[in-house]
Amino acid sequence: MYDVFFYIFAAITILSAFFVVTTKNVIYAVYSLLLTFFGIAGIYVLLGADFIAIVQIIVYVGGILILMIFGVMLTNKITSVEIKTQTLFVIPTAIGVGIFAGVLIARMITANWRTMPLNIDYSTTVYSIGASLLSDYSVLFILLGILLLITLIGAASIARKED
Amino acid sequence: MSIGLNHFLIVSGILFSLGIFAIVTRKNAIMVLMGIEFILNASNINFIAFSKFGNFGVQGEVIALFVIVLAACEAAIALAIVLNIYKQFTTVNVDEINNLKN
Amino acid sequence: MNENLMINLSVIALFIPLIGFFFTVVLGKRIKSMYLFEILIISAVMIISALLAFFKLAYYTDAVFIAEFTWIKIQNLPVFGDFSFNLGVKLDNISVIMLFVVAAISTLVHYYSIAYMKGDKRYNRFFAYLGIFTFSMNGIVLTHNLLMMYIFWELVGLSSYLLIGFWYEKKSASDAAKKAFLVNRIGDMGMLAGILIVFFTFHTFTFDEIFGQVASGVLPFNSEFWLTMMGILLFCGAIGKSAQFPLHVWLPDAMEGPTPVSALIHAATMVAAGVYLTVRIFPIMTGDALLFVAVVGMLSAFIPATIALTQTDIKRVLAYSTVSQLGYMIMAIGVGSVVYGFFHLVTHAFFKAGLFLGSGSVIHGMHHEQEITQMGGLRKKMPVTYYTFLIFCLAISGVPFFSGFLSKDGILAATANFSIFTGHWLIPVAAFSVAILTAFYMFRLLILTFHGTPRNQHKYDHAHESPKFMIVPLVILALFSFFFIFSPNPISAENGWTLSSWLKVPNSVVPESARYSFLASAPADGSSGSLYTHEYVESSHHIHYYVLFGSLLLAGIGILFAYLFYQYRKLNADKLTGKITPLYTFSRNKWYFDELYQSTFVAGTMRLAGLLAWFDSTIVDGIVNLSASVTRIFSRISGAFDNYVVDGLVNLFATLSGMFGLILRRFQTGRVQVYLVFVLFSLIVLILTFA
Repeated sequence: MYDVFFYIFAAITILSAFFVVTTKNVIYAVYSLLLTFFGIAGIYVLLGADFIAIVQIIVYVGGILILMIFGVMLTNKITSVEIKTQTLFVIPTAIGVGIFAGVLIARMITANWRTMPLNIDYSTTVYSIGASLLSDYSVLFILLGILLLITLIGAASIARKED
Repeated sequence: MSIGLNHFLIVSGILFSLGIFAIVTRKNAIMVLMGIEFILNASNINFIAFSKFGNFGVQGEVIALFVIVLAACEAAIALAIVLNIYKQFTTVNVDEINNLKN
Repeated sequence: MNENLMINLSVIALFIPLIGFFFTVVLGKRIKSMYLFEILIISAVMIISALLAFFKLAYYTDAVFIAEFTWIKIQNLPVFGDFSFNLGVKLDNISVIMLFVVAAISTLVHYYSIAYMKGDKRYNRFFAYLGIFTFSMNGIVLTHNLLMMYIFWELVGLSSYLLIGFWYEKKSASDAAKKAFLVNRIGDMGMLAGILIVFFTFHTFTFDEIFGQVASGVLPFNSEFWLTMMGILLFCGAIGKSAQFPLHVWLPDAMEGPTPVSALIHAATMVAAGVYLTVRIFPIMTGDALLFVAVVGMLSAFIPATIALTQTDIKRVLAYSTVSQLGYMIMAIGVGSVVYGFFHLVTHAFFKAGLFLGSGSVIHGMHHEQEITQMGGLRKKMPVTYYTFLIFCLAISGVPFFSGFLSKDGILAATANFSIFTGHWLIPVAAFSVAILTAFYMFRLLILTFHGTPRNQHKYDHAHESPKFMIVPLVILALFSFFFIFSPNPISAENGWTLSSWLKVPNSVVPESARYSFLASAPADGSSGSLYTHEYVESSHHIHYYVLFGSLLLAGIGILFAYLFYQYRKLNADKLTGKITPLYTFSRNKWYFDELYQSTFVAGTMRLAGLLAWFDSTIVDGIVNLSASVTRIFSRISGAFDNYVVDGLVNLFATLSGMFGLILRRFQTGRVQVYLVFVLFSLIVLILTFA
């Protein structure tokens, strides 16, 4: 069962991601990106990271993706059907990236990782994440809060209308 | 062959490469952003996978959480910049935007 | 009020004038009324010091409060071993009294300056300078060690420099400021040498530790001679700062500064710092060193007194009188009567500040006229100034019922007693003759300024009484010139509270063989005993009555002659000066000190500079020229080498880099994505190489 689910999610992720990078239509790409994020969330679940999986869906799908759709809408004239995008040096890049991926994956597989057998406790990880956020990583946590605030202000001030 | 660390690494590696491919080949700035999101997600998968297979408890997940937050910030700022660029140049094609000041 | 609170208050009183200085000097240009902040600060200092003085003198008369902390700690020095330098404050009766005097006069001068400096374009800056002066003066007063005292010593020198040269557009003012600074520097060099000897010998700067070590027999280079030298060198600082002979020449010139400054710095407080220092180091002064001090004091009391007889600038007369009175204090300490020396410092501070402020009031009323030959008859125009001035004159001349009498009488008695014990008869003779001279020139000044008929009708008609801000300080200072502030008995301070309970000085700690025979050691049990031996005290009681009448008589003679010469015209001053023209011109030209120094030290320095210039231009320049021509020959050779070998290489490299540049230019497309491709390829290479 586990293997089957893994392959399903991996296939969803990779195929939809492939579609994202190849399609010419930006709107299609964005919807395909949605699938990719779902697939990644599934992989998280398989890894026993339930909280991250949920956060992935909430933040990426609920936030970032919507932002991107807005970006697409605002930067293209909707009335014209031209929500297409051109591509650059596809063939050389494809070859280069293929070589890169091959090298990277080969190295990763052949590397001698010191692993332990996967022993997933399917109870929730929320408690332990919460505990470590407020103890070991508390400073970082606060800093991230500040960063978010600054981002909010910064984004608003960058995108505001010039008067 | 049961699912091990390598499977996850392969998925993340492919995702990473696709992200780079998107960044390099796409003209549209928003597509470039999507490529960046791929790369961040690939790294997240790696974080969690190593955390689980290396028995590091929840540390990998916490880091992944931080990465997600950073990704959100980055997306917000980047889209704000894209909107501004669009206002300035009336295009979001990164190859046409090659001067710092209009 | 307990010990900690007093220490804390004293530290606050030390540092808030600095805050006042900074804010006033920084914001003074923007905010017109910034001077009010400085006034507020100084008033706070005044209140704190008054509280300190009251509680210290009323409740802790015999206690000495010291607080210190380690500032620098050095271990394993080659010669000294371990050494730690402590910063700290010392609150004994002398320092709180001095603190109060400084703060009180400083406050009055601040208030006075509000009116006097009105309309000046650097109004706020003037107050800022007064603030830093108060800070540095408080530092001198409160410190418990020599090094800190030296630091603050230089700071008062700086503030004095700034204030003398306050109107620096005037050449004479900036020259006077430079002169004051440089002349002071000579004395300070001596003081620094003394401090170095102290540090080398005792490995500490703290007064009490130095005294303790001397008392236990530690001497510089194991000799009493060097102890004497150390005392004299330290005293050199006082010679400079207190304008003692032979470095007194700067003080009369310092009168170029604004009159409130003259009152505060060059009459009442800063110049008294030298006296204060001498009081502080009194316990380690040997007999010989004290004799040196006494002789310096005697000369500084006598010479300026004779100069003051003939000066016609109102402020210069007062300046020479100040030097003379400071000489009195120094002389008093030199003859062992350290208590009366300090007492005279306190009384003199009030009435001399008053005299200067009064003269400032006259100058202000006369629209910046300082020559007494242009004055006369001002009594009707400026009644308050006149009556307060009269009180100050009576006080400085040593008339009973005024403060000056109490201290001066004590000093005269001490000099007489000193001559009985040691046989130095010249000192009391000089002291007594200075008493006559003082009374004479002060009343000459008073009569020429305020009595008689106006000598310049035009200026007289425009003269006016000064505003309230200037009058009130005068009245307060006049109040402080009466005897009841210091002693209940108008003709003797000996049993008054000031002398009998307040002024306590440590006993001399130098070896018995090296000190005056009449100075007693401290009692072995550590209680505070008398400074002097029994015989000396007896003799001073005995002699006091004679001196009392003597000094009364002398003051009377001086005043009488002043009236005969200038008020009633029974004696003709011009005729007298005609008969003794050489003496008159000698005094009129200030004993030719400036000319002497000009022709010896200044001209000598110039001649030395000329010699060095000749040495430079012929010998040093010759060597330089020789080396220049040698260098030129070498440079010819190396020039040829450069032209053919180095340039060839450089051109080669230039061509090579140009070629590389042509190739590399292809990669600089300006497109981020292309760069990313390069990054990608280098990443591949990195993975293949290292992973």
